[in-house]
Amino acid sequence: MMYRANIRPAWVVLVLLLFFAIAFALVKNSESSSSTKKAKSVEKTPIVNLDQFPTNEKCLRCHGQSKYIFENAESKKISYKRMYSELIISRNEYYISNHKGFKCTDCHSEDYSIFPHPGNLRMEAKANCIDCHGGDEKFSKFKFEKIDSNFTASVHSQKHSEEFTCWMCHNPHTYKINARTNENMQETVAYDNLICLNCHGDITKYELLTNKQQPNILKKHDWLPNQATHFINVRCIECHAQNKDTLIVAHEIVPKNLAVKKCESCHAQNSILYASLFKYNVQENIKTKGWFKGLFLSETSTIGPDQNNTLNIISLVLFGLTILAILIHAVIRIQKSH
Amino acid sequence: MENHSEPLYLYPVWIRLWHILNALFCLTLIITGLSIQFSNPTIIVRFRVAVAVHNVAGVLLSVNYIIFFIGNLFTKNGAYYVFEVRGYFSRLKSQFHHYTIGVFKKEAAPFPVTVDSKFNPLQQLSYVAVMYVIIPLVILSGLGLLYPEITINNLLGISGLDYTDLLHLFCGFVVTIFMCIHIYFCTFGKTALSNFKSIINGYH
Repeated sequence: MMYRANIRPAWVVLVLLLFFAIAFALVKNSESSSSTKKAKSVEKTPIVNLDQFPTNEKCLRCHGQSKYIFENAESKKISYKRMYSELIISRNEYYISNHKGFKCTDCHSEDYSIFPHPGNLRMEAKANCIDCHGGDEKFSKFKFEKIDSNFTASVHSQKHSEEFTCWMCHNPHTYKINARTNENMQETVAYDNLICLNCHGDITKYELLTNKQQPNILKKHDWLPNQATHFINVRCIECHAQNKDTLIVAHEIVPKNLAVKKCESCHAQNSILYASLFKYNVQENIKTKGWFKGLFLSETSTIGPDQNNTLNIISLVLFGLTILAILIHAVIRIQKSH
Repeated sequence: MENHSEPLYLYPVWIRLWHILNALFCLTLIITGLSIQFSNPTIIVRFRVAVAVHNVAGVLLSVNYIIFFIGNLFTKNGAYYVFEVRGYFSRLKSQFHHYTIGVFKKEAAPFPVTVDSKFNPLQQLSYVAVMYVIIPLVILSGLGLLYPEITINNLLGISGLDYTDLLHLFCGFVVTIFMCIHIYFCTFGKTALSNFKSIINGYH
């Protein structure tokens, strides 16, 4: 009995040990298999410690792509979400833009470093161009104050009040100075016109600001001779903005009834085309090619002698005098014949 | 004002046809030319239409001019455009006096129309100037504008096209002034309309 009694507890301990060993192994195995699964799923888009990236990359990891991944703090589930297209910032464009040197939080709240972002940040007031560039001697040649006053007088600002900000046309994440630096006039024209077409050629954006039906730009400009040539070579603002020769880029967009429609407004000496961009181009030509070549042999000329205003006036006066002479002669003849 | 009893057959069919076509083409070219010159969407003819019509009318006027030129070379009509230089100035003065003073006093025309002399000295001068100088120049400069590659590239720093353009406009303007005066002077017949009838039926 004693023998039996001595053996039994040993077996029990052994079986218990074995049981714990198996249970431990099973739990371990299940843990390791779940972590492998997790590891496998993360392998596709691994969650990386964001601190190893420069500041902007922390933001661009989500805002630089069309989808983002995050771990739900409560369910611990990994989720994929589509990034709202307006919130996607293209790295390629941002890092060659004029604002590339800025940290995201230079313009946006530091609180954006918290994720999920606090809801009240949506209402964050955004700085306009003048907030940073106004009154700065370094930027005086760009005449930001004049641009601001022109913009305030523009039909965009007048009709849409504060809803219409600089960012409607100039994306601060992609904005790149163009008219002053690009020597290819057609590229400058395309760049500038794309800004207008962003809304005037895209009904979803156009309807954000108005309930009016979007006009068909091609049909509206049906009267314009050589429409395609004009669209390629002339900026929209040349006809649709109050051109001031002190600004390269006019910002005072005028109502449609005040838009330029007469050919001679452009195809004449001292035309509006000379007021800004082309005048600037001629000045640049003079600087680079000298007075004679730059001024007299400038290829930017759109003038024709047929639109010389003095000649037009002289010819109209001469024509008027001829008709007047005929009328006087005819009246005297009729009087004498009676 | 001219005084003759028997009607003179002065305008053969080809002259009348050429004249009416020339008048129509000139009128079309003036209207479309003005529309191009002072183009805006509200003017008489839209730019695109004006350019097309102007080009076609210009070519037709040129063809019509060639007919006139050849016709004048081979028919006696050309003789009316040749005039005696000797004493011409005094004849011109006399005609000018008639138009400015004599006509109001109902004086007889100093150079009545005859089979040998269809035009008075002032008409001779203006018709020769218009038909042998201005119209050829307007046609040639028009060709230069239609085919800009045939114009000289650069003269004194200015494109040859600009000179061509200026010449075309000057000639077009002269033709316009000529047409106004020409139409008015056509009212100087027996009655205000008799000269217009003559160029239709051929009899003066």
